[in-house]
Amino acid sequence: MSEAERATELSSQAGPGAAPGLHPGSGHVARHPTPKEYVRIAIILAIITAAEVAIYYIEAIEDLLIPLLFLFALIKFTLVVLWFMHLKFDSRTYARFFMMGLAGAITLFLIVLLTFRVFAG
Amino acid sequence: MASDAMEVHTYESEHLATSTGLPNIKLAMWLFLASDCMLFGALISTYVLYRGASVVGPYPNDVFDIPYTSVSSFVLLASSLTMVLALAALQRGDVGRSRVWLLATALLGMTFVGGQVYEFTTFAHEELTLTTNLFSTSFYVLTGFHGTHVAIGILMLLTLLTFSFAGRLGPEKAETVEMVGLYWHFVDIVWIVIFTVVYLIPTGNPA
Repeated sequence: MSEAERATELSSQAGPGAAPGLHPGSGHVARHPTPKEYVRIAIILAIITAAEVAIYYIEAIEDLLIPLLFLFALIKFTLVVLWFMHLKFDSRTYARFFMMGLAGAITLFLIVLLTFRVFAG
Repeated sequence: MASDAMEVHTYESEHLATSTGLPNIKLAMWLFLASDCMLFGALISTYVLYRGASVVGPYPNDVFDIPYTSVSSFVLLASSLTMVLALAALQRGDVGRSRVWLLATALLGMTFVGGQVYEFTTFAHEELTLTTNLFSTSFYVLTGFHGTHVAIGILMLLTLLTFSFAGRLGPEKAETVEMVGLYWHFVDIVWIVIFTVVYLIPTGNPA
């Protein structure tokens, strides 16, 4: 069996987690956005950052400040991870690895804050 | 986004056939980033716990300069754009343009770190040092760790540039640039959280 055939077989054994087209004979095929799309995402990120800073100074929405800030941060975080880090286009296995760490960090955060009653003020 | 706008890049990576069908180096990088999430999760939790617990000032509201930090945030976001453009250029085989974008990323990273050094110096002049109070200790440790990550990223970028000028960073090495890019974007997403949690969410001064 040639190396290319073996790699194709291994790729098919990788299951649904493996992105199609990955790993043929150690050739890596990945679908990535175009530079124009990257620029579009960067503009959206810049606009959201400007909005974050703007709402920081608006006293009228003081009660909504923290939820809005978390929402904006979540959108920015997701855009960077999905587009710039290519998780939207790459194998789901990478996403699972990353989500594992992220879930661990969020769990740790909640345990610490609940233990020390930070949410109770 | 329209799927027809996507480009399909093909490049020969260096890894041999793996049992997962995925490059081990990329799996290892994602595993490392997952573990780094835990590190920053611990540091951010500590900061949130301690930022309002200081018994002496200065307090966060006394020292933070939001417009200044906002500019730093824009700089780091811009560096993420230049990083993906460097990778895209190399995948197209445009080595010259990839060098330009890598250099731009390194310069933007240096601007960010320079800004952080200036911010720390300003705070020190305002009597806020590492041991002043609980807020200052947790703040310097968190943002210092992040700044160190950025500095390590800059070293990686400069190493890539050196290899590029030595003719050792062609399209066949795009996977290496992608790994550095993953690290760089991770540093960016950590800053997205730090900017919100540390700088923008207000902390009332203790009565």
